Amino acid sequence: MVTTAKARAVKTDTAVRVRRVQAADIPHVIGLDTRVTKLAKAEYWNDVFVRYGKRRLHERFFLVAESRVDKADPRVLGFIIGEIRAWEFGSTPCGWVFALSVEPAMRLHNVGNAMLEAISREFKKAGVSKMRTMVARDARLPMLFFRSEGMMAGPYIQLEKDLD
Amino acid sequence: MKLQISTRLAIFAVLELTARDGLQLSVADIGEKYGVSSHHLAKVMHVLGRAGLVRSVRGAGGGYQFAGNARRTTLLDVALMFEELSSVEHDSGAANATPEDQALREVLNEIDDIARATLGSITVATMRKLVDRRGTSGGRRSKADVPGRRNQSSH
Repeated sequence: MVTTAKARAVKTDTAVRVRRVQAADIPHVIGLDTRVTKLAKAEYWNDVFVRYGKRRLHERFFLVAESRVDKADPRVLGFIIGEIRAWEFGSTPCGWVFALSVEPAMRLHNVGNAMLEAISREFKKAGVSKMRTMVARDARLPMLFFRSEGMMAGPYIQLEKDLD
Repeated sequence: MKLQISTRLAIFAVLELTARDGLQLSVADIGEKYGVSSHHLAKVMHVLGRAGLVRSVRGAGGGYQFAGNARRTTLLDVALMFEELSSVEHDSGAANATPEDQALREVLNEIDDIARATLGSITVATMRKLVDRRGTSGGRRSKADVPGRRNQSSH
């Protein structure tokens, strides 16, 4: 488990270092998310930090990527958040990735790949052997990314209806 | 879901040409592996060439080379060069459609949407990874594995 400060860095093959989020990263996370989604949600991210960056760390993983080359650069190049969930929808325990974002200028530089590998390792260490996520059908970029990482359609179909 | 023979051949040809960087293969090389006529495959390669996905290399040892972006070209991009994958058929006659027609159309459109989303999310590079993971790269297919193969020579 990545819990101690010394063990926080997760080694990758790229010039990217993936580690647990820290309070000082949250403004960078908010900034990145705002640039990507054009919607500022500071309150949401502060709440996510409390829930996923501080509590139940054995099954919740809020990881950020930073430049390994330029250690003075405090920028967050990307972040990924996931947790182990069990028995919802009849599912045995599995790792759910519910947020992933990469700085637009750093895309196609293996940042997303390094973060997904890092959280995969965390899930495996925590004892699960399956990882899931959900992507909007028309969200081309994340869809292509997760597919390129070997993710295939799972056994569930998401259903919905308008509430009158 | 079934893809037309030309679409499947085009996908197989692109996968063959992207097995290694700069790989050059003749129509005969690819045709032999999949048990299809060079004539039919040449037509498929012509369409791929017009779209800029492959280029022909002349001279001794010439053939075809992949010329596209394997990380950006999806199976849907290739399929749309050879067949219509929209829901046009299910939309036809909408003005006179009964509620039963409309309900069935809604279900069929859902299936089509999922099929298009799936084909549009798999790039040539991702397909290569899937192929390599199965260890079938360079393997020989049985001629019976190619649907409609018996009709190829008449195309």
